[in-house]
Amino acid sequence: MKSRTTLLGSSVLAAVLALAALPAQAEASAAGQYRWLTFAVFAAVIMLTMYITYVASKRVKSASDFYTAGGGITGLQNGWAIAGDYLSAASFLGIAGLISLYGYDGFMYSVGWLVAYITVLLLIAEPCRNIGKYTLSDILAYRNDPKKTRVVGALSVITVSTFYLTAQMVGGGVLVKTLIGIDYEISVVAVGVLMLSYVLFGGMVATTWVQIIKAVLLVAASVVIVMLVWTPYGFSLPAFLADVVGDPKVQAQVAKLLGDPAKTMTAAELGQRFLEPGLYFKAPIDQISLGMALVFGTAGLPHILMRFFTVPTAQQARKSVVWAMAIIGGFYVLTLFLGFGAARHVGAANISAVDAGGNMAGPLLAQYIGGGADSFMGNFMLAFVSAVAFATIVAVVAGLVLAAASAMAHDLWVGVVHAGDSVPPQQQVRAARIATVLVGATAIVIGIAAKGQNVAVLVALAFAVAASANFPCVLLTLYWKRCNTTGIVAGMVVGTVVAVGLTLVSPNLTYPKAVRIAAHKVLDGEAAKRATIAEAIASGDTEKVAKATKDAATLDKAVKKANDDIKKVEGQETSFMGLEKPLFELKNPGIFSIPLGFLAVILGSLLRRDRRAEDLWDELHVRKHTGLLASRPTAH
Amino acid sequence: MTTSGSNVWADVIADPRFQALHRRKTTFLWGLMAVSVIYYFLLPIGAAYYQDLFKIRVWGVINVGLLFALSEFVVAWAIALYYSRVASNEFDRLAREIAADYADRAGV
Repeated sequence: MKSRTTLLGSSVLAAVLALAALPAQAEASAAGQYRWLTFAVFAAVIMLTMYITYVASKRVKSASDFYTAGGGITGLQNGWAIAGDYLSAASFLGIAGLISLYGYDGFMYSVGWLVAYITVLLLIAEPCRNIGKYTLSDILAYRNDPKKTRVVGALSVITVSTFYLTAQMVGGGVLVKTLIGIDYEISVVAVGVLMLSYVLFGGMVATTWVQIIKAVLLVAASVVIVMLVWTPYGFSLPAFLADVVGDPKVQAQVAKLLGDPAKTMTAAELGQRFLEPGLYFKAPIDQISLGMALVFGTAGLPHILMRFFTVPTAQQARKSVVWAMAIIGGFYVLTLFLGFGAARHVGAANISAVDAGGNMAGPLLAQYIGGGADSFMGNFMLAFVSAVAFATIVAVVAGLVLAAASAMAHDLWVGVVHAGDSVPPQQQVRAARIATVLVGATAIVIGIAAKGQNVAVLVALAFAVAASANFPCVLLTLYWKRCNTTGIVAGMVVGTVVAVGLTLVSPNLTYPKAVRIAAHKVLDGEAAKRATIAEAIASGDTEKVAKATKDAATLDKAVKKANDDIKKVEGQETSFMGLEKPLFELKNPGIFSIPLGFLAVILGSLLRRDRRAEDLWDELHVRKHTGLLASRPTAH
Repeated sequence: MTTSGSNVWADVIADPRFQALHRRKTTFLWGLMAVSVIYYFLLPIGAAYYQDLFKIRVWGVINVGLLFALSEFVVAWAIALYYSRVASNEFDRLAREIAADYADRAGV
């Protein structure tokens, strides 16, 4: 235990040192004289989580402790932990950003993330708690060939977790760089080292508490900001929104998004347009496809499913989903105010100047609300929100690493390599820790290697694979008697291959030819536009000159972007997959891959009859409904 | 897997109380599931194909679309609470009774 304390201490030190190495150019960060404040808040949050890990590390003795906190988490605690696991940087910073830039569509996007939990609540959480032990594959292996189903299940879990993990590591690296101004590589390593120390020493106990604390801090910070934003309007929603749509910054953003059609609209119409659909989502089928991946994919996310094994009973599993829905849904309602508040006070132009995706909307609003970039409170609020964002990434990554490590150690090593032998508990825990280090190290390497890549697509892909492979397999083995090994293997393979394959030939990838054509179009049109601008300036009319100067600045930006784009794709003719243009027009494959995944499980199961799977159905069916023989928490 | 009391599972399934529990849960769960999925997909469908309806202002600058999106939250919470209530009052009681009667034979 002594060596563990030393190790834990040195990883804290490494992380704090990394954060202390703050170089000068922090894009959205505090002014120079307040950098110590950022540092202090970050150090406080890290110390708190490290203390918890230290306490938790003494309680992790068995594999059950490591994977599921011994099943001793209560429903309320688990509800907060699920929220902490789920509100990743993508949903916490990303949705507020989308609302601040695109209004209504951003808010509409958040709805699917909540509705997803209805599927989890009604169909998945309680049966999984009654049947499973540590992993998703436990459920698949129950009445099927354990080796085959554990192999395909583990591979799928590792695939989904790796996609999600890469997106979090890269997104996290960029975010920490923007928030506090440390190098990308250092921030990836800091995230990785912290996460590894939580999981390695504290297992699921520490991971759970880090997620709970992060969720509480996140909700608390959001409530404070929303109260400050909303108070001036006497807590009236129409008054707040009326002020938002009446703001010139909001109207200018809508005009920019709409382009030419905006010229005939009045300022009031432009503002109102911000509360109407269609500024972000242009393709309805794509959007429905995304909705399907969210609503069915969440129930197949391994790190979320794993959370249901940490509670003692199906009743507590149910309670935890209801709490999670209250917290997650409540948070998205707060996000509505964060997003619109940022659009009103910070302005879309300032938000996208710091980060094109809008991720800085929340932190910048916090700084404004606290009193601005030159005030103590403003910088304190910015530092606090940044520290919460950092904790968010670390907590989500910890959950993902635990899920992937359990698939490797529990399913592949114990379940497949040592099938039939009884592996002593000490060895099981050691295997879990070794797998954790492997996954964690891989995550850091991938995070650094994928620097500068567009990884947003990976989150969508993780949901698509979870919805198309994991969800049909878990659902049908729980609810359909004829479902068997052949069906599970077919469903996992078809669901994963179709979802990944369609994404690889979708518009998500960069198509150099299309980029070049678009860029040349801008450059070709430049001369004509310059002439118009020169003419307007020569006219001497003040209004025309002002407009022309603005147009000139926009044109300069567009030309620079076009030149950059051409340079980026120089010497390339085809996408990563060797295609000149997308073969599949949708960005989200769910609408095809989810039905195909179901079809594969059904056809595979019907193709070969499996008496054993059908004989074991009675047992599964009874246990699923009654909780008979459900694994109980270990006593401490 | 445990198979002590070889026929216990078949006996539970034959138990009228278990059949009642299963029947009630099946219609209730899949019914609620269908309602929530349909209600959810009305939102993207409405936003894409019924924009004129979504744009109608009803409360200050607040329009039908915004109220509909907010109602998605209320409906999701209502479904969760309703299910949780029925499950704790009805399903849990039946499940506990059955589990208690067969626990010895199932090998607990």
